[in-house]
Amino acid sequence: MSDIDPITLWTVIIGLAVGSFALRFAFIGIMGGRAMPEWLMRHLRYTAVAVIPALVAPLVVWPTPTGGEPSLIHLAVGCATLAAGCFTRNVFAAMGTGAILLIGYLGLFG
Amino acid sequence: MAITTTSAAFWKGFRDGAPFMLVSGPFGLLFGVLASEAGLDVLTAFSFSMAVFAGAAQFTALQLMQEQAPTVVILISALAVNLRIAMYSASLTPYLGEAPLWKRAFAAYFTVDQSYALSIVQFETGEPLTLNQRLAYFFGTNGVVAPMWMSATVIGALLGNQVPESWGLDFVLPLAFLAMIGPMMRTPAHVIACFAAIAVSLPASMLPYNLGLIVAGLAGMMAGAQAELHLPPSGRKEPSPIPAPAQETQA
Repeated sequence: MSDIDPITLWTVIIGLAVGSFALRFAFIGIMGGRAMPEWLMRHLRYTAVAVIPALVAPLVVWPTPTGGEPSLIHLAVGCATLAAGCFTRNVFAAMGTGAILLIGYLGLFG
Repeated sequence: MAITTTSAAFWKGFRDGAPFMLVSGPFGLLFGVLASEAGLDVLTAFSFSMAVFAGAAQFTALQLMQEQAPTVVILISALAVNLRIAMYSASLTPYLGEAPLWKRAFAAYFTVDQSYALSIVQFETGEPLTLNQRLAYFFGTNGVVAPMWMSATVIGALLGNQVPESWGLDFVLPLAFLAMIGPMMRTPAHVIACFAAIAVSLPASMLPYNLGLIVAGLAGMMAGAQAELHLPPSGRKEPSPIPAPAQETQA
């Protein structure tokens, strides 16, 4: 794992701290009760559910531990974790399923 | 039990928020371990959790920094994951917006999933509270969650130093993200947004500077918004024969 350049690291930490605070303060502090346009709110409702899968999908298809080689084990464990989250609606049940399967598969075939 | 004083309101919030340490504890621990694996020392990991105080955004930034993504892309992506807190802020404004500026600034810092979810239920459906009682309840909900998040980060970072490289925690962060997705799938539109983002993200990952993430994220958001417009509303508790009031007034 390559080390993170300290300048990048602190820029990101400070930038995120300021940015996150701005997001939180935007309405309660500045906007007052004014409503945002409905089309914007409609898109904002789907940010997290779009950005997180977009971030993770390439990491499952081309996993870091194999150096980016597609791996059936990582794909299967990834799909099972997603499915467990969908069925149980519980983050930790899903994470536990993924962890157990990953350890199990790596133990058997790794 | 009726809430009669400001301090009663705080302790009601404190008790309501306490069970959420079971969420913020393990997440903070995981963030600490993975931050230390990524080369952050304990103080840096703690500063990160303290300054940003937003789990999903912190995990996103950590992953992208390890991929050597450009700083601008890291900031945009992590803040995008965090946009929902702007909506929380909007939704709390009618209840807390009349407080003095410095109290609103503190309330803004403490706006997280748990404090929002508990407070909005209390304010909308609980007994009527004064402004000071509402503020006290809101801060009370963070009485356990916030200290837990920060101390768990420190413990995780200390533990992370003990974890041998050979354990290969590289795939744990992707698994944590995958586990977060399932519970977000509240409506068919959320499912469509998710799968559109996945479909675009794979070819888009060939774009330079990790721009594929932003392209795929936008594609998913647009797919979700379109789906919401064109699909019949679902997931409502009971289909009401009376036409609902205009959606626009909710904001």
